[in-house]
Amino acid sequence: METSTRFNWRESVRMGLIAGVIALSLSLIGLVETFGGRDIIGGVVSLGQIFLFGAIMGVGYFSAQRNLNARAGVNLLGGLLIGVLASLPLVVLIFVAEPINLRQFLPNASPALLELITFGQEQVTGALIMVAVCGVLGLIGAGIYLLPSRLRRPLLIGLLLVLLIGLLSEIIILAWGNKGLGLKIRPLIFAAKGLSIRGALLVFLVVAGLNAAWSSQGDRVRQRLDALPSGQQRAFRWSSLILGLVILLFLPMILRTYLTEVIDNVGLYVLMGLGLNIVVGFAGLLDLGYVAFFAIGAYTMGVLTSQGDLGVGGMSFWMALPFAVLASVMAGIILGVPVLRMRGDYLAIVTLGFGEIIRILALSDFLAPVIGGAQGILKIPKARIGGVELVAPEQLYYLILGACLIAAYVSWRLRDSRLGRQWMAMREDEDVAQAMGIDLVQTKLLAFAIGAAFSGMSGAIFASKLSSIFPHSFNLLISINVLSLIILGGIGSLPGVVVGALILVGLPELLREFAEYRLLMYGALLIVMMIVRPEGFWPEATRKRELHGYEELEAKAVPAE
Amino acid sequence: MRQRFENIDYLGVILWLFRAVIIVAVIWGTIATILNNPYSTENWIDFLVFGLAQGSLYALIALGYTLVYGILFMINFAHGEFFMSGVFTATVFVAIPLNQAGYLNRYPILSLLGITLVAMVVSMGIAILTERVAYRPLRRAPRLVPLITAIGASFFWQYFFRGLYGSGVTAFPTVDILKGKWSIGGIEILKAQGVVIVASVLLLIGLYIFVMRTKTGKAMRAVAEDKDIAALMGIDVDRVIVITFATGAALAGAAGVLYALLFRQVHFFMGFIPGIKAFTAAVLGGIGSVPGAALGGLFLGMFESVGPSLFLEGLGIPAAYQLKDVIAFTMLVLVLIFRPQGILGERLAEKKA
Repeated sequence: METSTRFNWRESVRMGLIAGVIALSLSLIGLVETFGGRDIIGGVVSLGQIFLFGAIMGVGYFSAQRNLNARAGVNLLGGLLIGVLASLPLVVLIFVAEPINLRQFLPNASPALLELITFGQEQVTGALIMVAVCGVLGLIGAGIYLLPSRLRRPLLIGLLLVLLIGLLSEIIILAWGNKGLGLKIRPLIFAAKGLSIRGALLVFLVVAGLNAAWSSQGDRVRQRLDALPSGQQRAFRWSSLILGLVILLFLPMILRTYLTEVIDNVGLYVLMGLGLNIVVGFAGLLDLGYVAFFAIGAYTMGVLTSQGDLGVGGMSFWMALPFAVLASVMAGIILGVPVLRMRGDYLAIVTLGFGEIIRILALSDFLAPVIGGAQGILKIPKARIGGVELVAPEQLYYLILGACLIAAYVSWRLRDSRLGRQWMAMREDEDVAQAMGIDLVQTKLLAFAIGAAFSGMSGAIFASKLSSIFPHSFNLLISINVLSLIILGGIGSLPGVVVGALILVGLPELLREFAEYRLLMYGALLIVMMIVRPEGFWPEATRKRELHGYEELEAKAVPAE
Repeated sequence: MRQRFENIDYLGVILWLFRAVIIVAVIWGTIATILNNPYSTENWIDFLVFGLAQGSLYALIALGYTLVYGILFMINFAHGEFFMSGVFTATVFVAIPLNQAGYLNRYPILSLLGITLVAMVVSMGIAILTERVAYRPLRRAPRLVPLITAIGASFFWQYFFRGLYGSGVTAFPTVDILKGKWSIGGIEILKAQGVVIVASVLLLIGLYIFVMRTKTGKAMRAVAEDKDIAALMGIDVDRVIVITFATGAALAGAAGVLYALLFRQVHFFMGFIPGIKAFTAAVLGGIGSVPGAALGGLFLGMFESVGPSLFLEGLGIPAAYQLKDVIAFTMLVLVLIFRPQGILGERLAEKKA
């Protein structure tokens, strides 16, 4: 059409202003300044700048994507305009912040932020640089979209890996950079803070090169794998599984203490995630009070084993563990019964209420004589295996790994069992499921009970890991964390839980600055995931179809042999 | 006879027992409290008036839930954040500077109106933005999807405003004319509480007139009845939905200012618990029903204010006021189990929930 090839002013102006508002918000909520301290490429680019400029580039990219029919030059011009417009709110901020003392209203409009967005220059010079940089970035953003996908993919993935390695540089150096080979590689790639420029280029080239090679050769490898006889394919799958297990077994030795500690926390969330995955992912019951079972498991463990004033049983960890799990299961059933007849959103709110009730009760003076109120339960002993007390993160790792493997195995077997299929039928349509003869009461309660069992186990390990528990550890945010991680990983998908937990729990633990903006990002993530990947909400429906197709292939292949 | 035993619904029995236990506990506690009589009549009246003030706030917020639910069948989880955003912004940008300049106590009514107006406008802006970005693209998605988005939006706004204005508790300046008490028919009422009750009632009446008497209100009711047919009748459904969000948010913004007058502080988390309680109020009154939300709010507020002293203390629970949130949540569960249509609502639970 004639109009579509012409330059779309209004659209570009609109997108530019949106980008500007985003950039301004990022600055004013303190994100840019807080992350400004973390250099990705030492002395050149910080994470804060990446957020700020990434947003502008992203809008440029997005707008080029929407403007598909336009000619390349038009798109680039649009990107430039977007970038320039996006810088305007920041320019206003630069000139306005000092005279009206913006800081008395917005604590984050600080001199440090101003220095960051003027690039350390005078106001006028800084503003001009800002306009120029933003314009170029908008242009680049639109330009990236215009590249053929053969080039675009390696480029983006290379940049992503540079970002990731730069982000984690401090930890990578801490874990591996001080001995032997690590010490030799370190000056090659890393600067004092973040990557060095040479290192960034190196990482980028290697990753982009590998990715380009894989995208040209990967199909052939996959085809050859698919062409193998089914017996060999199975052997291949088994051997990769065993290889994965071996890596998991030796992980603490590779990761060293600090990273193992982080992985331990990730593992506790994986355990909870697997549980919630059954309730939300398999059975489709949105449970926002999931932390209640975690709390019940932890408190049962605490009360039964504590050597402090509140301990009653004086049991060992292993003696108390079944009781902790049992208590959570009972709680799951007791909380499950009243909500059996509720659906969807009502269920979410009621379970949220339950979670809060448990927390308030744990905090109240009413139950303080039993579970300590705000003072919590102290002196919870560690688990022992044959005289060895599991204290160090490396030792606890194996306990958590064991629990996760059991939970993953149970989930995996349940998913394709009769019960799993009942859950999925119920999730798709309750009325139809009931008409098909599925006992809704039993099916729902089993989902709640099994989900609660995993969470209770996680809570019990958590209690013995920390040796003391306080009601404040069991707030609603944990439920939201767990929900976010299973949504990120793909609801109903088991590997998804692990990936989600690594990203949403592991990353914030490694980067202290994240703590403050964690929930802001989770919130944005939930919204973006639901809008951009709505089909991600039921990913295994498609996966199931894939599996069925695969089975049919196998069924054909077997008689032929 | 045997047939009847075989058909017993065990779930029904368990739920019935659950209800019986709660009712017995409440009656037991109430009788024990009345026999002990630890409070004077003035105390009880104070509890009631405070409950009325708090309840009218719940009512104002609950209307936002009810209006949106009536049209989209969606729990707008982020509504509590609309409530927070308006008053937080108005406090930081209007109330505190006005107080420093001395205008707040020189022209108190004008200043308060200004603060309320800013709060309402900001709340509306946040609501419209949220609707446009987070809810509208998902209008046809399965029902859990917008709910999860709404939860995301709720946390996003909480931590957005935390970043913007800081994580601490900000004091709302005191207004001199609202200090002290009024004496009405021998009953002493704190002026702030009186203002909250009166303002809420006026706003509720205003909303009722808006929904029932104006053309826009009529369009809202038509869309709530049936979106497709309303669209056929020439109603711009998207526009009506935006107006609905904005109306609810405006009431929430006003409620925020009243909340600040009552409790004299604002912070980024202030919307969350009142939001859930207001939702409880909306369910209690019958979700989708405007008078129901008002009634449910008042009822919940009073129940929560009187309840801990009336029946929890009678049961010998120490520091019972800590458990007032438990009362509200238990009530939500009970209502949803035994009377999901609420006090005034139509029977939604089977059909639409």
